[in-house]
Amino acid sequence: MTTQEQTSGFNLKAEGKRVLQGSSGGRVEKKHNPVEKAKGEYDVIVIGAGLGGLTGANVMATQGYRVCLLEQHYNYGGMATWFRRPGGHVFDISLHGFPVGMKKSMRRYWSQEIADSIVPLESIKFDNPQFSFETEFTREDYTNKVVEAFKLDRAHVERFYDHLRKMEYYNDDGRTIREMFNEFFPGRNDVHRAFMEPITYANGSTLDEPAITYGIVFSNFMSKGVFTFSGGTDTLIMKMRKILQQNGVDMFSGAQVERVLVDRDRVAGVRVNGRDIKAKTVLSNANIKSTVLKLVGEENLNPDFVQQTREVRLSGSSCQVYIGIKQGEEIPFITDLLFCSTADHFTSEELCDLRTKSRTFSFYYPKTRPHLKNAGFTIVSSNNARWADWQALSDEEYEVEKNALIDRTVSHLEQYIPDVREKIDHLEASTPRTFNFYTQQMQGASFGTKFEGLDVSMKLSEQVPGLYHAGSVGIIMSGWLGTVNYGVITANKMAEYLHEVSA
Amino acid sequence: MTDEQIKQAIVGIINDINPDEDTSNINSAERLRDQLDLDSMDFLDIVMELRKRYGVHVPDTDYEHLASLDSCVAYLRDKMAGKELVS
Ligand SMILES: Cc1cc2nc3c(=O)[nH]c(=O)nc-3n(C[C@H](O)[C@H](O)[C@H](O)COP(=O)(O)OP(=O)(O)OC[C@H]3O[C@@H](n4cnc5c(N)ncnc54)[C@H](O)[C@@H]3O)c2cc1C
Repeated sequence: MTTQEQTSGFNLKAEGKRVLQGSSGGRVEKKHNPVEKAKGEYDVIVIGAGLGGLTGANVMATQGYRVCLLEQHYNYGGMATWFRRPGGHVFDISLHGFPVGMKKSMRRYWSQEIADSIVPLESIKFDNPQFSFETEFTREDYTNKVVEAFKLDRAHVERFYDHLRKMEYYNDDGRTIREMFNEFFPGRNDVHRAFMEPITYANGSTLDEPAITYGIVFSNFMSKGVFTFSGGTDTLIMKMRKILQQNGVDMFSGAQVERVLVDRDRVAGVRVNGRDIKAKTVLSNANIKSTVLKLVGEENLNPDFVQQTREVRLSGSSCQVYIGIKQGEEIPFITDLLFCSTADHFTSEELCDLRTKSRTFSFYYPKTRPHLKNAGFTIVSSNNARWADWQALSDEEYEVEKNALIDRTVSHLEQYIPDVREKIDHLEASTPRTFNFYTQQMQGASFGTKFEGLDVSMKLSEQVPGLYHAGSVGIIMSGWLGTVNYGVITANKMAEYLHEVSA
Repeated sequence: MTDEQIKQAIVGIINDINPDEDTSNINSAERLRDQLDLDSMDFLDIVMELRKRYGVHVPDTDYEHLASLDSCVAYLRDKMAGKELVS
């Protein structure tokens, strides 16, 4: 991921060739149109094979509809992805942890086998100048740890949790997270840090988001711990593809949807790689803003809705550093997920600063891919980042900042594994520019949009009957669990719509 | 389908959604949510399964009618008329 992300995928077309985006250097020429085998018409076309699109496609297929799934990248999964590097390394991008609810969703909307591979992380650690502790992140254990570390009254912490649990989308009191924290834990920057930092890493939110978004996401996590998928992201996506195939979904990668077709005020299909395919309904898993503003186009929409969409703010983006440990070398068990920082105090701004001192490390031991004989050790560090900071850099400055990021990260890691530098044989970084290039998320947004995006997403079908959106949006519908469940919620609406139009 | 069978249909779906849940002592007048560990995704699953198994459509404005087994029966009696219980 070095230079190719500096050009947008769309620019490659300027050379007059159709190329497979995302393949090595983004420049493998297509010998034939990847969608030439698609039928002329479907009940449902899904744009994008992120977890939202994959799940929506599967739910519609199991309800008996004819489904076509179109993905621009050569791979499926969207941000639920991985890549391989020489030395036997496999790096997972977004497999750091998700709530227990994922187990039920996988069983219900995918398969028992997938659900059975969902296992809890054994250990999570926090380490920063204000506090250090290890936790299972279950409600009981986390409460014990914060009560002890911050000398809090247990009943008060429980009241805080109960308050969070009662928050619902339909009776939002309009407060911000900051206001809520100041009510429950006034003046306690350390406590705010313990409660906020993990959620900022999980969905990019700041203290200024509506408290409701925090209430829903934190309550999801704060129950039975944090979970992961044993086998790695590649195994999960491979299993999902197999299930989609069995359920009769036509799937095409290298399929760039250019347009959502609207006819007589209803959705009529899509234009993909220059070819029109008809559909009674379309589910877009692309970013909500690009869906509305680029794929549908203003001419088909009410100007107020267009304006509302323009005003939706994107959530932040990320940087990651991928660290490969030489085959044959080992690292000791430190923890599975480390939230660490050398910043004295917690602020939302510091977390996404270009040169932030705060990051997470996910440690992948051989247990991550138990099916592999030579599974090694990899470490992925993530931090929050702003598109504007990285976008503003010249190509030269960009390389310098990326290398500085790698260096800072390895130095930080040395605090936990002093001799790690000698054991590393692969180092690579990604930035908001990388995420934008591979997933076409506007501004490389890792977690969709801020809260207001959900309203736009849910109202899309009022604007263009038959057109729906599912994907990370509105903070509460982001992350693996949020997007999967949103795919289901949307598929259910689509099935109702198909029933109405056929009646 | 008899009223009793409608209840069985709903309980059958709940058993499939949440195999760990004990559904043997449900009070049919009381809200399901107060007796079982059901969240909004579970209710959505009930709606989707009613559509899959019985071809019954429940628009989202009617979800409130699925609150208790008794209210399910009252709401679904006409919609389920003439259908066979799927086990
Ligand atoms: C660095 C990082 C770490 C993360 N860590 C975690 C974590 O630990 N736990 C967790 O739960 N979540 C995590 N997330 C968030 C999670 O990965 C996302 O919320 C989720 O995967 C998003 O899924 P989605 O379906 O909304 O969108 P995406 O994954 O972005 O999928 C959209 C898909 O649509 C395709 N597409 C877009 N436009 C078109 C078009 N015009 N034609 C065809 N195809 C198109 C894209 O190529 C992409 O495949 C992380 C995200 C990032 C970036």
